[in-house]
Amino acid sequence: MIAIIDYGVGNLFSLRSSLDMIGAAAKVTSDPDEIKKCGKIILPGVGAFADAIAKLRESGLDKVIKEEVARGKAIFGICLGMQMLFEKSYEYGEHKGLGFLKGSVVPMEKYISNDLKIPHIGWNALHIKRDHPIFKYIKENDCVYFVHSYFATDCDDSLLATAEYGKELTAAVAYKNVAGMQFHPEKSGEVGLKILKAFCEWEVEK
Amino acid sequence: MITKRIIPCLDVKDGRVVKGVNFLGLADVSSPIKLAEYYSKSGADELVFYDITASSDGRALFTDILTEVARTIFIPLTVGGGINTIDDFDRVLKCGADKVSVNSGAIKNPELIREAAMKYGNQCVVISVDIKRVNGEFRVFAKGGREDTGMEAISWIKKCVSLGAGEVVVNSIDTDGVKKGFDVEMLRAVCDAVNVPVIASGGAGCVDDFIDLFKKIPTIDAGLAASVFHFGEIEIKDLKKELAKNDITVRL
Repeated sequence: MIAIIDYGVGNLFSLRSSLDMIGAAAKVTSDPDEIKKCGKIILPGVGAFADAIAKLRESGLDKVIKEEVARGKAIFGICLGMQMLFEKSYEYGEHKGLGFLKGSVVPMEKYISNDLKIPHIGWNALHIKRDHPIFKYIKENDCVYFVHSYFATDCDDSLLATAEYGKELTAAVAYKNVAGMQFHPEKSGEVGLKILKAFCEWEVEK
Repeated sequence: MITKRIIPCLDVKDGRVVKGVNFLGLADVSSPIKLAEYYSKSGADELVFYDITASSDGRALFTDILTEVARTIFIPLTVGGGINTIDDFDRVLKCGADKVSVNSGAIKNPELIREAAMKYGNQCVVISVDIKRVNGEFRVFAKGGREDTGMEAISWIKKCVSLGAGEVVVNSIDTDGVKKGFDVEMLRAVCDAVNVPVIASGGAGCVDDFIDLFKKIPTIDAGLAASVFHFGEIEIKDLKKELAKNDITVRL
């Protein structure tokens, strides 16, 4: 069973449906006991970093997630959910993240030329930097769907894939039992479903 | 590189797709769910659903169908038609829509854009504008292109973007239905004016029209069409292959 963390941010309908589609057992939950019982965690998220991390803390779910990750449970962050896995974000100020991954989240506008539109929105090709079980069903140049204005940087330890948009933007990360995608696998057609399937099958090495 | 998007648009009335649809091999061609599946498999990058229902019963049917589509198709879905309030946004987003397109609702109340962008994020709010040339000026039309609002289109679009619209759909009434190509002049004027994605609509008749669009306006993000896709005059798979041959980046 996979726990999709519900902390009052974003629309979980598509994520839930895409897991149904690949036959994965999942539940949308904010109940710590349920989360502890589940074998894996998906941390979704859209909107602003400060809001989202505040909601996670207010609900006490940040502690639950940290405990479970410390116990070796696999976690998969999506979009803002991925950004929250990092140490900090510079979205409207400076905010602490969950700190599972080294690196920080920064505004795209400071790093790419201003003739490129922000947010980076649409289908873009993945450039895979190294093999990982989560990518076992997909290949170099497969396209996935992005919607974001901030990106993770200084994350060499965990970098899995990038997408080119003025510069190489972090598209996917994984380190030990922690993984994250900047794009939306639940909106990336077949490729996205394959990534979710691979996450469901992923056995973290102890 | 970000790819150029190809977007089929489905007009739905009382739960069925309107406009004659004549696909080979599709038994129930007016089922929005079957069409959505077909388009998704053919390589559509996104789907737009317009609810042109007049009754509230029909509207409830539309949300049921949208839910069903969102359960089966995992590409971005945009919904428009009859969006006048934040509650309307809420209703379709809960059914699995990713973006909501406003047109007349924003003309009546531009603050709707700001309110929706604050609540759901800019990326969620699409401004759709019906434009027609009147006395040498681009003019915004309301009520499905029937009513001249008197507003100049470029300044209206700039205002919408400053209020928080994250994407613009430009429907040229002048080229719509004529099938002689997109309105390059009008689209270029919009692309030059704003820094959010712009989607071209109105006028596509053949594959070359799409090539022309993306070649002449490198900053345009997507081409949208309805009947040429519904009638099978253009197969999205073939279209995207042709675009790729012409060095236009697409998702194959």
